[in-house]
Amino acid sequence: MLTAQWLYAMTGCLIVALGLRTALLHAVLLHRLIGVNVMGAGVFLMLIAVAYRGPGVAPDPVPHALVLTGIVVAVSATALALALARRLTGEQDNG
Amino acid sequence: MNTTALLVLDVLLVFSLLSLAAAALATRDASRSVILFMAFGLVLAVAWARLLAPDVALAEAAIGAGLSGALLLAAVREQPRRALSGDAKPVHERERTSIDVTLQLTVTLLCVAVAALLAWALAEAFDRGPQDTLAQAVSETLAASGVSNPVTAILLNFRAYDTLLELAVLLTAVLGILALGPARPGYQAAGPVFDSLVRWLVPVLILTAGYLLWVGAHAPGGAFQAGATLAAAAVVLRLAGHRTAGLPPGRTLHVVMAAGVGMFLVVGLSLLVLGRPFLGYPPAWAGGLILLIESAAMLAIAATLVLAFLGGRPQPAAGLSGEKRQC
Repeated sequence: MLTAQWLYAMTGCLIVALGLRTALLHAVLLHRLIGVNVMGAGVFLMLIAVAYRGPGVAPDPVPHALVLTGIVVAVSATALALALARRLTGEQDNG
Repeated sequence: MNTTALLVLDVLLVFSLLSLAAAALATRDASRSVILFMAFGLVLAVAWARLLAPDVALAEAAIGAGLSGALLLAAVREQPRRALSGDAKPVHERERTSIDVTLQLTVTLLCVAVAALLAWALAEAFDRGPQDTLAQAVSETLAASGVSNPVTAILLNFRAYDTLLELAVLLTAVLGILALGPARPGYQAAGPVFDSLVRWLVPVLILTAGYLLWVGAHAPGGAFQAGATLAAAAVVLRLAGHRTAGLPPGRTLHVVMAAGVGMFLVVGLSLLVLGRPFLGYPPAWAGGLILLIESAAMLAIAATLVLAFLGGRPQPAAGLSGEKRQC
């Protein structure tokens, strides 16, 4: 078992919890969205830590591919959420 | 580097990550929160480079920190002190007071429980030792995949279905964005200093995108990193006052948006006609087919990210401030 793997994986768990708390509790949409993104980053960090095999050893590429996909999906979801928020504000202003 | 030095680096990185995440989430000021989030993303990219995941580190720096940050900052700019930052809106005021101490405590406990559960699951997994069956399968069949970068081989060959569907997710998201309204108002034309910087930066970014696409076959890089770099070039153009951010007009834009999914389907269906499984490339052609699909995917990813940054369809140029860009 590797110290680095542990350290980063546990940090990932904490980051997930931090992001989740903001996503659930914050009143402001933008902050919630940042919370969801931080949460996603925590999950990615856990996956990358799981893939790590120690210095000089090739890591497992499968979680890397998963995270790469995840990053792109996360940014498109964020963009859609921002577009929805923008439309929502527009509707509130008009009505 | 010896193990002690590495451990010091690890502790520093982990500490920075946790404090940046906490700071980004704790601050009330929206733009400060976004900037801290971007810093968090960059430190995360460094951590991933340290964990020997350079492909992911590149993508995080370009997309997770760079473009997400640009998107969020554009949203903050548009709604300075209103709905997004939460002041002076009766709905949000009410929400804020209604979130009482009990609820906060309950949710915090729930989050601690989630973290503990995740930690327990990870500890179980680590106790069993690495399960490298998939990694072994990848390294055994890598030679027949057409590329030598295992991450690209997984994304474009072994798990090409996943990437096809991921591009479909991107297309769906961008269609949603286009359906929700027009683009944000543009920026004023750049001054002479910024303008000359743009003239240097944009071609260099386009060149870098091409390099990343090509090098992805055997080294860190690939369609996602290249697409994000291309999108960064367009964002720079937009910030310099180019209304359309270099996007092609009308129908061409639609073709570019659908290019990734389209090229995947064309290749997959052609292989079916030739009697191969769907997206089961013949080893001799695999390298070329992967490059073909990746080129189309890069354009689609770039177009998607740029449209996401614009927040909608670019307005027809009133004073022809937009300019052409290649591809």
